[in-house]
Amino acid sequence: MKPNVLVLRTAGTNCDVETDVAFKLAGADTSLVHIQNLISGKVDLSAFHILAIPGGFSYGDDIAAGILLAVEMKHKIRSALEQFVDDGKLIIGICNGFQVLVRTGLLPGVEHSNNGNSEIPQRATLAMNTSAKFECRWVELETQQSSCVFTRGIKSHLYLPVAHAEGRFTASPDVLAELESHNQIVFRYDKSSKYPSDNNNYPNNPNGSDADIAGICDRTGRIFGLMPHPERFLTKWNHPRWTREDLPDEGDGVAIFRNAVDYVTATFA
Amino acid sequence: MSSKVNEFQILNADDDELMRISREGTLSLNLDEMHAIQTHYAKLQRNPTDVELETIAQTWSEHCVHKTFKSIILYTEDGNVTEKIDGLFPTYIQRATEEIAKPWCVSVFVDNAGIIEFDDTYNLVFKVETHNHPSAIEPYGGAGTGIGGVIRDSLGTGLGAKPILNTDVFCFGLPDTRYEDLPKGTLHPKRVFKGVVSGVRDYGNRMGIPTANGAILFDTRYTANPLVFCGNVGLIPKNRCDKSVEPGDLVVAVGGRTGRDGIHGATFSSAELDDTSESLGSVVQIGNPIIEKKIVDALLQARDQNLYRSITDCGAGGFSSAVGEMGEDTGAEVHLENVPLKYEGLAPWEIWLSEAQERMVIAVPPENIEKLMQICEAEMVEATVLGSFTNSKRLQVFYEGEIVGDLDMQFLHKGLPQHVKKAIWTSPQHPEMSSRDEQTDDYTEDLLRLLACPNIASKEQVIRQYDHEVQGGIVIKPLVGVENDGPSDACVVTPIIGSPNAAIISNGINPKYSDVDPYISAAAAIDEALRNIVAVGGTVEKTALLDNFCWGNPDKPDRLGALVRAAKACYDIATAYGTPFISGKDSLYNEYRDTTTGEQRAIPSTLLISAICVMPDVRKAVTMDVKKPGNLIYVVGNTYAELGGSHYFSIHGYIGNKAPIVRTEAGKLTMQKLSAAIDRGFVRSCHDCSEGGIGVAAAEMAFAGGYGLSLNLNAIPTGEEIMSNDFLLFSESNSRFLVEVEPQKQTEFEDHMTEVAIGCLGSVTDSPVFTVNGIDGEQVIKTSIGTLKSSWQTPLHT
Repeated sequence: MKPNVLVLRTAGTNCDVETDVAFKLAGADTSLVHIQNLISGKVDLSAFHILAIPGGFSYGDDIAAGILLAVEMKHKIRSALEQFVDDGKLIIGICNGFQVLVRTGLLPGVEHSNNGNSEIPQRATLAMNTSAKFECRWVELETQQSSCVFTRGIKSHLYLPVAHAEGRFTASPDVLAELESHNQIVFRYDKSSKYPSDNNNYPNNPNGSDADIAGICDRTGRIFGLMPHPERFLTKWNHPRWTREDLPDEGDGVAIFRNAVDYVTATFA
Repeated sequence: MSSKVNEFQILNADDDELMRISREGTLSLNLDEMHAIQTHYAKLQRNPTDVELETIAQTWSEHCVHKTFKSIILYTEDGNVTEKIDGLFPTYIQRATEEIAKPWCVSVFVDNAGIIEFDDTYNLVFKVETHNHPSAIEPYGGAGTGIGGVIRDSLGTGLGAKPILNTDVFCFGLPDTRYEDLPKGTLHPKRVFKGVVSGVRDYGNRMGIPTANGAILFDTRYTANPLVFCGNVGLIPKNRCDKSVEPGDLVVAVGGRTGRDGIHGATFSSAELDDTSESLGSVVQIGNPIIEKKIVDALLQARDQNLYRSITDCGAGGFSSAVGEMGEDTGAEVHLENVPLKYEGLAPWEIWLSEAQERMVIAVPPENIEKLMQICEAEMVEATVLGSFTNSKRLQVFYEGEIVGDLDMQFLHKGLPQHVKKAIWTSPQHPEMSSRDEQTDDYTEDLLRLLACPNIASKEQVIRQYDHEVQGGIVIKPLVGVENDGPSDACVVTPIIGSPNAAIISNGINPKYSDVDPYISAAAAIDEALRNIVAVGGTVEKTALLDNFCWGNPDKPDRLGALVRAAKACYDIATAYGTPFISGKDSLYNEYRDTTTGEQRAIPSTLLISAICVMPDVRKAVTMDVKKPGNLIYVVGNTYAELGGSHYFSIHGYIGNKAPIVRTEAGKLTMQKLSAAIDRGFVRSCHDCSEGGIGVAAAEMAFAGGYGLSLNLNAIPTGEEIMSNDFLLFSESNSRFLVEVEPQKQTEFEDHMTEVAIGCLGSVTDSPVFTVNGIDGEQVIKTSIGTLKSSWQTPLHT
């Protein structure tokens, strides 16, 4: 079987095409779907195995990054979304998509995602970068021991671009400790990078995130959010130094999408 | 007649009264034009309504019709006989393109952007615009709507191109200008700089378009008149490049609502600024990129379903211009009460002229309107039927059932009287500077100072604020090298992920040479744009050019004389290189007038050349950072003692008189041979020599690659005898490159380049030390690449 991926769009989404390409490359069938079509019921979320929330500036990131789309997801497609999660399906949020997942509360999430009628609380946030501006740069990531299905067997170090103004992951010490103890930290900005960096690990940690956190998953490992853009490193020609380094043809980002496809194929066959 | 419409009383007005009407209405119409309008309305035996006169004024504005480039010019050069030029545009720009006759030019000068062939399925569109006057008054809004506007140009070309790349070039006053030296009523250059960058960043990033090419230049004469060039490249299916309008098609407005913002933008930008311009806030538009993103999302779907026959954007002049241009050959009627407004209270002419942003007009066959509306609704975009195209050959405007404007299309589009203008060019004489070899035997400090010149220094702080990775197709980035921070010559984009077909985008601009001769400046700008293309692996044969002239007041003969010089160079150099112009724009009247002192100042004559090249295999691309110790460094192309207008002279307070000319025969051969050498894999890195000459280019290659260089000046091939180290190091002669070659490819490379002047300057060293030996073999520069890099990075990092 070919997994079905729903790449979610709304006003201001702008990484939908390359996210779509990435999943296709990994062997999935994909559909670009506007959230209006999920709200109206024209498209049925349950027909899909993977929900991808791509990067961009949903609704202009007015109020705060991702918040308006998160409100729509929480209030207008809530039951479909909860069912999707309970069915053991996968969700990935990249950049703006990560911001959305954090603001819905799905990340980092709580012990049981479907806890009756009470709202899932937002327990972390992605705040303004400490540099106080939008920055686009490549970062080295250190893969953590985590339960995330998207990163199973992946390389220990990845190189991916970030491009955001609101990417500083921050949460209370309790939540951070919980993330640590439940293996929910998926990627950290690499401290041992060979590139020059200041005392706060900037710019290797490009936004000032707590504990250098670049990506997290929920406790099941099936909901994953990250600030870096794996869909922007699909072939070696995306790499900023392909003219000077010996690199494999496939980019570091592909494995993340392939893992998702493989998981679905194995689980839902 | 509706009470909301007024007539302009011109039928019996004398000349003074006509000019008062023009001036007080910000119409920017001159006396000849007012007379032509008066004569036309005398035949009709009535006065024009405000809707009509405003429509004529914007249609005839310099901004919209480029009348200076079409006027007859009587040109005198250095007191010689007067030459009569029947239009700069047809004579020097259009004619060049026609004579070059490249089969891959699909559409030139007629649509909102030029179109060239890309691959079997797609073409590319490219347009560069300026948004200077608005950015002087309100930098953030002016620059944001500048990029927003040029994106709509791509979307309004053919049946709509998908925007794939932004390019931005800015000219500002010096960042360290003292507040007390600011001209009255102008913003500090730092404020303009920050506002412009933020405006472009916020608009481009939200649109999801990579901004991957650009330049920033500084000169005190840009303080009151900053320049903001915004460009966009789009990708369009080959079968969506033609447009037409049929009578009966509906006039449909798509996008944002109409308000009072941006009224008179077209006519305002066709006048000089003065110290009261800052009060003209309403001429600057307000941007909202998310609305524009939704329009792109909706219209590209409608395009692919063939739901409309023609499209254009609402730019200068708003609906009046968009509908007037689309219906030029047919006729159109529009009912203004249908226009969705941001708020109540707009007079009909304000609705008609408003330059509110994020609006497109499309011509929709009635049978498709329902489908179109469904798409727009699904994408949450407002679409409104305003009227229809007719076969009346008239532009008819209604408001609440009454006709408020009834214009003959023929008069509107062809009634503008051709102007006759005088132009004079007198070659300036500047004090000459001689070599400093007598005074110094160490040029390390000069090199460090040059690297720290704001024009040359790193723009990383700006570049990183733009998303240059979105869409996943930028394969040669604006910053390259071992630490991703060296200055790339050009950017390379693969618009279709996974396909090796690429487009290279570069630019060339050097207004400093205009102080010697605008001809040389224009020629050098073309050469530089082409060098940048070649340096990353492109070819002159597959390159098209765009010209953007920013000039002072062309009603002044000396300003116009400079413009003639530049236009002549465009023709000469473009035809010699075989690179056609496919689109262009001009922004004139970039002058500032202090109303109390009467002091008048113009910007340096500034020509931006943007270049686009189709590259069949991106895997052949090279970057400018040195790759490996032991590799050889060659200089390709002859050096001449050409330092007039150079940065080296500039840091010592001189302009000089011998600016670098373009020798097209040698230049073309050099570039062709080098392109072939890169294609055959002989070249590991390549960088063009421009501002700061060989010295700066070599330093940049070294610190970008993280290795030292050991170079000898006596290996530099010269076209004339040059006996001084500083001239060899810092001459800015055109058509030159520095090239890194592996020792095992040395023979192949040298054999391949036989007809071209080349010299092996030295080699890449493992130690991070940059040394240059002078003509006599003695060391003239020694420093670490860390010091070089730090000088280059520090100035604009705060």
